[in-house]
Amino acid sequence: MTAAPKRTKRSSSKPKSESGLAPAMSTPKPANFSKQDELDAYRGMLLIRRFEEKAGQLYGMGFIGGFCHLYIGQEAVVTGLKMAMEDGDQMITAYRDHGHMLAMEMSPRGVMAELTGRRGGYSKGKGGSMHMFSKEKNFYGGHGIVGAQVSLGTGLAFANRYRDTKAVSLTFFGDGAANQGQVYESFNMASLWKLPVIYVIENNRYAMGTSVARSSAETDFSHRGISFKIPGIQVDGMDVRAVRSAGEMALAHCRDGKGPIILEMMTYRYRGHSMSDPAKYRSKDEVQKMRSEHDPIEQVKARLVEKKWADEDELKAIDKQVRDIVADAAEFAQTDPEPDVSELYTDILI
Amino acid sequence: MPIEILMPALSPTMEEGNLAKWLKKEGDTVSAGDVIAEIETDKATMEVEAVDEGTLGKILIAEGAEGVKVNTPIAVLLEEGESADDIGKAGAAKPDGKAEQGASEPADEEKPAAASGDAVADMDERRVPAEGKVHPEPKKVDVASDPDIPDGTEMVPTTVREALRDAMAEEMRRDEDVLVMGEEVAEYQGAYKITQGLLQEFGARRVVDTPITEHGFAGVGVGAAMAGLKPIVEFMTFNFAMQAIDQIVNSAAKTLYMSGGQMGAPIVFRGPNGAAARVAAQHSQCYAAWYSHIPGLKVVQPYTAADAKGLLKAAIRDPNPVMFLENEILYGQTFDVPKLDDFVLPIGKARIHKQGTDATIVSFGIGMTYAVKAAEELAGEGIDVEVIDLRTIRPLDLDTVIESVKKTNRLVTVEEGFPQSSVGDHIASQIMQRAFDWLDAPVVTICGKDVPMPYAANLEKLALPNVAEVIQAVKAVSYKA
Repeated sequence: MTAAPKRTKRSSSKPKSESGLAPAMSTPKPANFSKQDELDAYRGMLLIRRFEEKAGQLYGMGFIGGFCHLYIGQEAVVTGLKMAMEDGDQMITAYRDHGHMLAMEMSPRGVMAELTGRRGGYSKGKGGSMHMFSKEKNFYGGHGIVGAQVSLGTGLAFANRYRDTKAVSLTFFGDGAANQGQVYESFNMASLWKLPVIYVIENNRYAMGTSVARSSAETDFSHRGISFKIPGIQVDGMDVRAVRSAGEMALAHCRDGKGPIILEMMTYRYRGHSMSDPAKYRSKDEVQKMRSEHDPIEQVKARLVEKKWADEDELKAIDKQVRDIVADAAEFAQTDPEPDVSELYTDILI
Repeated sequence: MPIEILMPALSPTMEEGNLAKWLKKEGDTVSAGDVIAEIETDKATMEVEAVDEGTLGKILIAEGAEGVKVNTPIAVLLEEGESADDIGKAGAAKPDGKAEQGASEPADEEKPAAASGDAVADMDERRVPAEGKVHPEPKKVDVASDPDIPDGTEMVPTTVREALRDAMAEEMRRDEDVLVMGEEVAEYQGAYKITQGLLQEFGARRVVDTPITEHGFAGVGVGAAMAGLKPIVEFMTFNFAMQAIDQIVNSAAKTLYMSGGQMGAPIVFRGPNGAAARVAAQHSQCYAAWYSHIPGLKVVQPYTAADAKGLLKAAIRDPNPVMFLENEILYGQTFDVPKLDDFVLPIGKARIHKQGTDATIVSFGIGMTYAVKAAEELAGEGIDVEVIDLRTIRPLDLDTVIESVKKTNRLVTVEEGFPQSSVGDHIASQIMQRAFDWLDAPVVTICGKDVPMPYAANLEKLALPNVAEVIQAVKAVSYKA
């Protein structure tokens, strides 16, 4: 069993409200997973992992251009939260977004074809890796400007409140974006108006090449809402069970009309910031240690085997299934034509 | 079939690199994600990770090799059950052993573009269509004319301020999804009293006071619009929208395109724009030219109360983001507004404010005050000027301007904004390209001076355009100076 990758002095389970401003809140225990839960989580995370590996490969071959930010290592965060979400809940994030889209059940073909800039992509090839959306699946992007999605996600929550729906906006951003000013403008309004928004801070320790310690005066991001009376907890973002239980608690908090909440997901990206990042700012040992001791997929796999809920053959079959889906998406993304030239001038105005 | 491992590109511009180090040797078992080699370019060293699993059958490019072209096979991976004897069968570079799209082949019309070593040639092809190829053109959009105002319609003298408030109130009555948010819009009744009475009629749910948080509430407005609401976001003045310009340009204007038409932002950003009086440089700037630069935005700047009402109603109904630029000095001016149940004007249509034959003045917003006075004075001197009020800066109704130039053969533009890359500059360039033969004189553009707005009363007056300048310009293009 692996321990939560703690990087702050405080225990994540300790209620924090020394200032008396934010309501005290404790990190819930990891959810009890049934066999089906474990299998679903395994399959969901593996799909993201294999998809991203393939995207990296296609990038290396020149099929994918521009920037390409892979989600490898962080799979448990979206997977666990999606397991807690209900129909109607929305998701919005920045540009490391492929995993989020797959978790929101967007088609791997449509996502991969967008990465290769083809007409069958979610944005007809006009958005690319960083800019994809699916109204049908309640995925609101896919945004390229660090931090901008936080105000937008707060706006989704504003609309939910305005229409008095029970939907919650899950607004994702990284430890880097957590230092942007508009994040705090959004925190203030969300708390003032009791908007149903979960701020999911994916703390993968590095804002591109700058570590949290070098960029942030307060490195415990779950505390970043204190002066706005927004409660926050730290969650082991490498353990899909811990993520799901934190998500369930946060969703209930929002649906009860208690306003926004912060979930700081302690996670790690194995790859560089983008494909062209050699990641010289951290040691290979650090990466290797996370991969071998905290890998979110291996954790589930170990439990499945230990509890005899799946044998090697069954796991291999899942792996094969996932590989086939990814191969099919890659094949489609390479053979689908580029957008028709007439698309240059479409979708600018309605 | 054995899988060829290719020299990867670390960036879209990389064409070759050095194979610095092999971390696996022939015969080693490789799992997906294993680092098998290190490659370096002049910029960086990167690890090559295996995507497939198998046994490293043969290393094709030795450690230390320099100038290895992207997509060159560097090793062969054997899958389960394959042996070294199968190496000769290794297929061409294929990520799944299926796709036949050679990554190193240059792109052409039929084939999907893959990495082409000749990036420059590829760019040229994109920019300059080859002979016989048709470069796509934007679709010509037909804009409706102003609605007919039936004879006998009562005309009600109305201030621009009241007209704007009436437009919002009517649209809020009509559509539950319309709301107004901004600083002091509710309890204070509007910093410039444009939202007077709205809180009382529609309540705090739909008339929302925000904190002083332009960047944040612009983003919240755009997010709410993406979710289907139709927010009217008031900026106390457009000077403060500089804090929010990223959300306006990057989020509101571009999302429809970036989503392939799936999701846009039906939102209106409105508020006073341009110089007021004696508020100096940071509070006195016209943003018409700035926003008119951005595809995906509509930009409206009315002059009269009737246009303010009819166009704001149209802006609120428009499914696109609309920048609605008002002017503090015009708020208190009174114009006739037709008393009609639903007076909506078309965005994208200029209005001929005064017909004339000798020269054309094109202006918009408060610039019209100079144009109108100049035309009156020139009439007294026997020069019959046609005055066009653009009303919409984007999409720009150039057809109306060209038609007028064909008649008068002379054009002067008037605006308060800075001269470089001004709205007038754009019109002048378009008229030169599309109506050159109709011009009897160079187009003259009257703008604010190329200085930050000064505070001192005398300097402020000098920094703004004035009627005498407009008169002089019309005389100059008429060779009557």
